[in-house]
Amino acid sequence: MRTFAPILIVTALLATVPAITSSNVVLNFLVVALLIALVGQGWNLLGGYGGQYSFGHAAFFGTGAYATAILQVHYGINAWLGLFIGIAAGALVGAVIGALSFRSGLKGSYFALVTLAFAEVLRIIASVAPITGAGVGTLIKLDLRPEAFQFQSRAPFYWIILVLVGLSLVLIRMIEDSRFGAYLVALRENEDAAQALGVNTTMVKLLAMTISAAITAAGGCFYAQYFLFIDAGIAYGPWISVEALLAPIIGGIGTVFGPLLGALVVKTLGELTKLMTGDAPGLDLVIYGSVLILVIAFAPRGITGILLDLRHRLVSLRRAAPASMGGGHG
Amino acid sequence: MSRQLLPVSRRRFLQSTTLGAAAAAAGFLHAPAVLRAQGAAVKIGVLHPVSGALSYSGQQGRIGAVMAIEEINAGGGIKALGGAKIEAVLGDAQSTPEGGNAEVEKMNGAGVAAIVGGYASGICLAASQTAARYDLPYIVDVGVVDAIVTRGLKNTFRFGPGFGVIAKTALDNLVTINDQADKAAKTVMIVHEDSAFGAGLAKLLNTQLPERGFQILETIAHPTPTRDFNNVVLKIRAQNPDLVIPANYYNEYVLLARTMQQQRVRPKGIYSVLGGAASSYKFVKEFPEAAQYIMDCNHWFDPKNPKALALKKKIEEKGEFYTYEVYMNYSCVLLLADALERAAGADRAKIIGALESSTFAGHVMPYGPTKFVNGQNQGAAPVNTQVVNNDIQVIFPAAFASAKPVFPMPRA
Amino acid sequence: MPSSVILVPAVLNGLMTGAVYALIALGLTLIYGVLHIINFAHGALLTAAMFAAFFAHKLLGLDPYVAALGLTPLFFLLGYGLQRFVIGPAAHGEDRNILLVTLGLAVVIENALLYAFRADTRTINLPYAFDVIEVGTAFLAVPRVIAFFVVVAVALALWLIMRWTDTGKAIRAVAKEKLGAELAGIDVAHIYAVTFGLGTACLAIAACLLIPTYYVNPHAGNAFVLIAFTIVVLGGMGSVTGALIGGLFVGVVESLSSLYLGESLGQIGIFAMFILVLLFRPSGLFGERA
Repeated sequence: MRTFAPILIVTALLATVPAITSSNVVLNFLVVALLIALVGQGWNLLGGYGGQYSFGHAAFFGTGAYATAILQVHYGINAWLGLFIGIAAGALVGAVIGALSFRSGLKGSYFALVTLAFAEVLRIIASVAPITGAGVGTLIKLDLRPEAFQFQSRAPFYWIILVLVGLSLVLIRMIEDSRFGAYLVALRENEDAAQALGVNTTMVKLLAMTISAAITAAGGCFYAQYFLFIDAGIAYGPWISVEALLAPIIGGIGTVFGPLLGALVVKTLGELTKLMTGDAPGLDLVIYGSVLILVIAFAPRGITGILLDLRHRLVSLRRAAPASMGGGHG
Repeated sequence: MSRQLLPVSRRRFLQSTTLGAAAAAAGFLHAPAVLRAQGAAVKIGVLHPVSGALSYSGQQGRIGAVMAIEEINAGGGIKALGGAKIEAVLGDAQSTPEGGNAEVEKMNGAGVAAIVGGYASGICLAASQTAARYDLPYIVDVGVVDAIVTRGLKNTFRFGPGFGVIAKTALDNLVTINDQADKAAKTVMIVHEDSAFGAGLAKLLNTQLPERGFQILETIAHPTPTRDFNNVVLKIRAQNPDLVIPANYYNEYVLLARTMQQQRVRPKGIYSVLGGAASSYKFVKEFPEAAQYIMDCNHWFDPKNPKALALKKKIEEKGEFYTYEVYMNYSCVLLLADALERAAGADRAKIIGALESSTFAGHVMPYGPTKFVNGQNQGAAPVNTQVVNNDIQVIFPAAFASAKPVFPMPRA
Repeated sequence: MPSSVILVPAVLNGLMTGAVYALIALGLTLIYGVLHIINFAHGALLTAAMFAAFFAHKLLGLDPYVAALGLTPLFFLLGYGLQRFVIGPAAHGEDRNILLVTLGLAVVIENALLYAFRADTRTINLPYAFDVIEVGTAFLAVPRVIAFFVVVAVALALWLIMRWTDTGKAIRAVAKEKLGAELAGIDVAHIYAVTFGLGTACLAIAACLLIPTYYVNPHAGNAFVLIAFTIVVLGGMGSVTGALIGGLFVGVVESLSSLYLGESLGQIGIFAMFILVLLFRPSGLFGERA
């Protein structure tokens, strides 16, 4: 239980936010940041722990979103049930894409590009298929009742996404400690060696991708409930694929809290740049992109990397202190 | 080209961002009180996608809205509030619904009395819904999707026409123009972009055109952006329809028209509906030959209204093009100012009430006085224009027409 | 059902469109083949080149084909500088970092263009832009025909550079075996930068070929990126021949699938092909076995 303590503490702290502030601006900001953290955590499992960088996580996000939206709008299915079905649908898509890609032995950039292509194919299909509303998109009916997974106030949405993020943190932590997690990291570090040791790397990767897809799909379902409108570009567009990888990489790839940290930092950075540049269109994003480059240049392992470095330095300073006091130079 | 950076105060920056709002929230646990002091400025939110894929339209919309605010302030502000000036809280929706949503939250936090804008249907849907949580009046500037006004949201008002009205008007006017030309056109080909407005329009046309005696040879959907229209034009040339009906955004429209010119494809008429470029001064100026005789059914100002013409002059003197985003937003802000006068305050519920009973005629659109039923302005309708002699003329309805239709197009 | 009256012009159209795609992909394949990085900034750099071509015409009155002579070396230097002084140092040699740096670069370039030039779509009107050459039932626009031949010439030139010059050989050496090349005395950082510069120079030429018939705004380059990636993979990462043949092939496939499936759904043809190639022959038509 000790290993889960940090997660519980962080989640509990975050849960108090609606009690501290009633500002919907802040709540909305945090809801979106947490959503990105969830989607990023999905990516993190496959990319951070497994070393397989996907550029097409939109495929899972969009599937979750469309699944729950279509079920509600066309079949009258309850939104909560839609959430579970959406997660399952996303996992299924993940399994299919994973099976196709990994069985063909795709790695590295090839894998990244094929995921990109799959996401694009889904986007194109969604933009012409009648059931998704084609170009018009799908609008979920406004129905502000908890049974319909819609709420008048922002706070319940906040808590729900927080719970989802918390669950994903726990899940990743559990995987970290498990044999499956060990296999995953092993194949990230050296796939051939892992295979030589008897790890069924294809199955491990496939399982990681399926779970990763499920987590991201949950984010998609939530998006649909929060914004009530999706179309092909929103559901399967490159924007979410980029957000999914940006957060974990900035926050600390292959760590439990990386995506959460990264999402908060990235979103805050976006707001800061808007604050600095006011109304000039584009200027805030110029600064945003420049900061991104600078962060990579000087903190390549992300923020977690910086924090770990700091801790390391503090520890070695403490150890070095008595020696230098005693020794000195001559 | 001059770039207008509006003179704004740091205080307003702070108010319009999350961090600033967070700081405010830390100090005050409740939303800021509605301004009631005499002479204190009335804030209104001006929301547009000024960055991202829709940035051109967003920037044009903002120009129109801001110009209206400047004129009102120069003319003495809101008289019913002791000459209170209007203060614009500008928001960038970043061409996404999430962006629009976040901006509405900030504007609400900054204590705006109402919000104008949105432009794209997806953004308008999300933004107006969020505004509804706070009973914040929201005036949609352009977004045409019918769903915007059929959700039962009391706070949402659309000044311009919705999709259904546009399609019906386009169809009715087409039939009339065709009848007046002794039914010169029988066969039709539709070329539309594949998102909300193009796809919806194509669907409507596909059901209704055959009922009116037209034969649809083919309906071609294309994505935005489309890099090349040569194949589309090939199909048009091969099937030789009497009429080509395009419905797409500016860039694709330009490419299509240019490609048609290149491939020497000249149907009897090009009748566009909500064409991105067909009624655009920019297009006419830059491609006079490709633009000649193209008809459009689109948002357009009232050519007989001196205010509209004065605004046109002002905009063109600034070096900008007089596009529909400009004068529709201009009109929406004037409408809102009128509502503020009649509500005699920045109270949101009163403003909504004022809008509901509004009969405002001081705008520059050919709509007549406003009348809102379920949030939709009943008099709103598109008009038909045609490019004749390198200028855009209104050819329908007769009450606003400044020229007669030239149809079929003269053979070059 | 499309007849040969449409089919032949469609194929010809596809070849001409594909030629420009090929040139854009050429730049990308060189960069990928040698530096092993997926250059996220490729689209934004293309947009920048298109703006440059636009302003060369607007402010200096230069015809795009003439402007290309000046813009190509200029963009070569730009690309060289970017790799040598921004991407290389910032990335510390790690793949994932390069990814993020090029992503950041793409955001910076695109939005700097937005800030500087606003969002308006710009076009130029050339007297010969609407001239056509008639080939059977097909009307071929003159600028597109010129583009086709220029691309073939550029591909040939690049191929010769790769084959016969010392720099070209050094580039191929670094692509094949970086450590070995370094040990043999090749300045890898310089070669990386030269390759990136060549890739960007290709974009400058492509921009000048596009501008007579296309338009430019801050987002214009993005439309070509995914298709360029498809061609790179299809042709084989790092292969000049592959990029050219792949580009022409993809152009024709796009043309035919949009003819049969419609413009929107037809785009699927490209990605379906992309996926199939990746699954069954990832090294592409002309690439080295991965």
